[in-house]
Amino acid sequence: MVEAGRSPNIEILTNADLLSLKGKPGKFKADIRQRPRYIITEDCTACGLCTTYCPRHQVDDYNEGLNITRPIHIDYPQAVPATYYIDPRSCLHLTHETCQICVPVCQSKAIDFSQEPEEMTLEVGAVIMSPGFGRISEETLAKYSYGKHPDVVTSIEFERLLNPSGPFAGEVKTLSDNRHPHKIAFIQCVGSRDIGCDNGYCSSVCCMYAIKEAMVAKEHDPEADITVYYMDIRTQGKEFDAAQKRAEDKGIKFVRAKVADVMPWGDHLRLTYSTLDGQHSFMPYDMVVLSVGLESPPDAEKLADLAGFKLNKYNFCDTDTFTPLETSKEGIYVAGAFNGPMDIPESVTQSSGAASIAAGLIKKQRGKGIVHKSYPDEKDIGDEVRIGVFVCHCGINIGSVVDVPDVSTYAGDMEGVVYYTESLYSCSQDAQEVLKDKIKEHDLNRVVIAACSPRTHEPLFQETLKDAGLNRSLFEMVNIRDQCSWVHANEPDAATDKSKDLVRMAVAKARHIQPLPEQTVPVNKTGLVLGGGIAGMTAALNLADQGYNCFLLEKEDSLGGNFKKLAHTKKLIDQVKKNKLISEYTNAQLQATSGFVGNFSSVISTGKGSKAKEITLDHGVIIIATGAHEHRPETVLGNSIKYSKKIVTQSELAEQLAGKGKKVAPDSIVMVQCAGSRGDDLNYCSKTCCTTAVENALKVKEINPDSQVIMLYRDIRTYGYAEDLYQEARQKGVLFIPYEMDNKPTITEKGTKITVSFYDPILRDDVSVNPQMLALSVGMVPEETDTLSKLLKVPVTADSFFLEAHVKLRPVELPVDGVYVCGLAHSPKPINEIIAQSQAASAKAAMPLVKGYVTVDPIVSNVDKSICIGCKLCTSLCPYQAIQMVKDENNRPKAETVVASCKACGICASHCPTFAISMGGFTNEQLTSQIEAFGKEIKEKETEAA
Amino acid sequence: MAKAKKSREGTVMVLGGGIAGVQAALDLTDLGYYVYLVEKSPAIGGVMAQLDKTFPTNDCSL
Repeated sequence: MVEAGRSPNIEILTNADLLSLKGKPGKFKADIRQRPRYIITEDCTACGLCTTYCPRHQVDDYNEGLNITRPIHIDYPQAVPATYYIDPRSCLHLTHETCQICVPVCQSKAIDFSQEPEEMTLEVGAVIMSPGFGRISEETLAKYSYGKHPDVVTSIEFERLLNPSGPFAGEVKTLSDNRHPHKIAFIQCVGSRDIGCDNGYCSSVCCMYAIKEAMVAKEHDPEADITVYYMDIRTQGKEFDAAQKRAEDKGIKFVRAKVADVMPWGDHLRLTYSTLDGQHSFMPYDMVVLSVGLESPPDAEKLADLAGFKLNKYNFCDTDTFTPLETSKEGIYVAGAFNGPMDIPESVTQSSGAASIAAGLIKKQRGKGIVHKSYPDEKDIGDEVRIGVFVCHCGINIGSVVDVPDVSTYAGDMEGVVYYTESLYSCSQDAQEVLKDKIKEHDLNRVVIAACSPRTHEPLFQETLKDAGLNRSLFEMVNIRDQCSWVHANEPDAATDKSKDLVRMAVAKARHIQPLPEQTVPVNKTGLVLGGGIAGMTAALNLADQGYNCFLLEKEDSLGGNFKKLAHTKKLIDQVKKNKLISEYTNAQLQATSGFVGNFSSVISTGKGSKAKEITLDHGVIIIATGAHEHRPETVLGNSIKYSKKIVTQSELAEQLAGKGKKVAPDSIVMVQCAGSRGDDLNYCSKTCCTTAVENALKVKEINPDSQVIMLYRDIRTYGYAEDLYQEARQKGVLFIPYEMDNKPTITEKGTKITVSFYDPILRDDVSVNPQMLALSVGMVPEETDTLSKLLKVPVTADSFFLEAHVKLRPVELPVDGVYVCGLAHSPKPINEIIAQSQAASAKAAMPLVKGYVTVDPIVSNVDKSICIGCKLCTSLCPYQAIQMVKDENNRPKAETVVASCKACGICASHCPTFAISMGGFTNEQLTSQIEAFGKEIKEKETEAA
Repeated sequence: MAKAKKSREGTVMVLGGGIAGVQAALDLTDLGYYVYLVEKSPAIGGVMAQLDKTFPTNDCSL
């Protein structure tokens, strides 16, 4: 968000509505009307004086109406743009032409009631629709006493209650009488999977956010008694099951039940629910949280009308499985929840994907509208050390444990520190302005920020330093969140002491840091895609669409992967073969890769028998799309399995059902879900099996309506629109019977007779059936990833899927720059998600190619040739071949770093016998001073104690 | 009412400034395009800006 606010290439038009959208791909005209803010953005300093003086109250929408604000306000201090605005619905001047108290109060004369709506026409090449989602109607919520009792809240209201910037500053209190709720219930599927409110679909995200909110509530009050009432727990995403397990381990209860109603009951709420066995029970609660689903956005119909694209029956944007990011109107793309309910990683993935298709559409215009950012000249830092220390509260993330003011004051006394302060969120846009101002005001030449992880925020702060005319290396970051407040959450004093230790060490190091020059290296504008399935081919075609050459490697004889038989796959193969920018290599394997983003060199083996050969390919980026295959467990839920014509996997059943005649559908069939998944054999949920099984069940019923189909399941995870199929299957008589892991179904086979026995919770009895066929919903396992993971030095999860750089915000990037992942090699997922993710991976992969150069981190090693004795120890130890031997003027051998290949691991520096090698930003002097700063104080304390 | 015209080559309009729109806008600039990010409310960020911590990294979502 802050990044978007800072980008010179993003013009943010707030308070803006679309009036019309006309034109064709590459040339659209959009009419926009911007409603007045009544504040001059450039002049507002966000000081807040106006809000203090404003006499009128109004409900605070940002806090979900849980508290009040004034008509003139800002939603939250970190808002982008960081400008106040006047709400015309309640401002006394705008409604009654009186008041205007705020006008003379504002010191910077930023309030302007004469502002009128402005209309403008934007000429653009492509459009991306990302209007988000809407709210479930209050009528639906009223069933649970929402609106009648203040302690029935929606999940988003509860989110605000948990939030430090929320109505009670992060304290969870009941709205009725301000007490801390002890017993809290979450009700799932409110406004989802509910035909009563016309939302047949599953909102996909509520199970996971309820688990998150329950866990955070437990952090606030470890004694809280929390129960989640659910129909199916749908934690089908990557590593989501593990999160639910953690929640259970923390004592959060999960009850499979339908909630009948919630009624006021004395000081409490009474929740009535019925379990599968038909029992009705009730339970008192202090607070009830409704896990509300995602509705289509309120302006969906208007947008679709204006732009001319289609909506689906639920009023979300209509898209096709194989073109998941394209609306029905060419040149208009869609991303995020408007494309159907989805979570943050999925939205982020879709956005990148949509960006890459839009980029491909108008590639001839690329770069023509871009403004290049310029920085002020770096100032000379002189000899005097002037350090500024900024300590961050991170809301309550740090501040609730670590005594931030104490740490900040402590830093103020240290040698070289000329300025110190604390901030609520040091990463926010307003805080960047403060940082810049303070650097100038106090002539700071080194900055220490004690906040969160440098992994996510160091680049942002370094950018601010550059904006303030400081070299970005004059920066030291201390992670007092992960390393102090999180790991020592129960020991605030110790966490504060540790924060002081870390800050002291950082300041000691900062005294010795020096500016390091930035270096750039040109990029080879070619991609390498590993894997020729749907994912790999989609990524390669997308890169080619954007104008880049691409090598596509497939280990089999031919392209296609798991979905070879689909018509769409055949179309892709045809497109790949015709595309001049794509070079295809079959029977191909990666053997070795060296280099770095922009300049990789890979050795591959390709061809078979006498045609087998090894070749070297030079390329700038790598996309991993190596896929997965069906898992065929020999034991399912403790039963040993012999696959045959009668005992098959779901994919084999699908193949059989695609055949001709009525006989392809058995008269009776039992389907067993999670056969080998979710802790049976594999630890994870394979995400696609429930939908595939339901599709097969429907197909059986279609061909043979009298067939008895029984599905044994743990949770039916037909998330999103697939819920419609589940409903249909139930209506057509497919029997869905849940089983528990402590009472698993048994499967025996005697001669030609299959017997499946299970407990039926509705009959409350054990049942045995002898189906003609047994279909196992087996999961999927990634293709071998260990070799690739070692070759490319990228990590995999415990389940052997590739591990992305950041689960939420960088879902297709791997921690090694220039390496990306998509498709089943990332995690199990259906085809539409594979395609969107592949398009996202090629968006990310295209970025260094578009830029044309990469900036090398200046923390590389540096050899002092006057001390080097030419022993070559470093060249033999360097894992990246990043040190070469050269001759000096006296013809003596000396080591020299190949800057672009150096990964700054420090092995050379730590082994150099003459200390001739130092690391940029980690010199011996800097590290020693850091260690001394740590030990000295400890020693002093010990001496004092003695 | 005077109607301003913004015309420049190589631009994309992103409608909606929540996490999806912001991400699309950022990616488009990295791919070499200028972006108009059109948001109906007074600030970008959408629902994500209302969230407390986000799973599983517990990062503040700003």
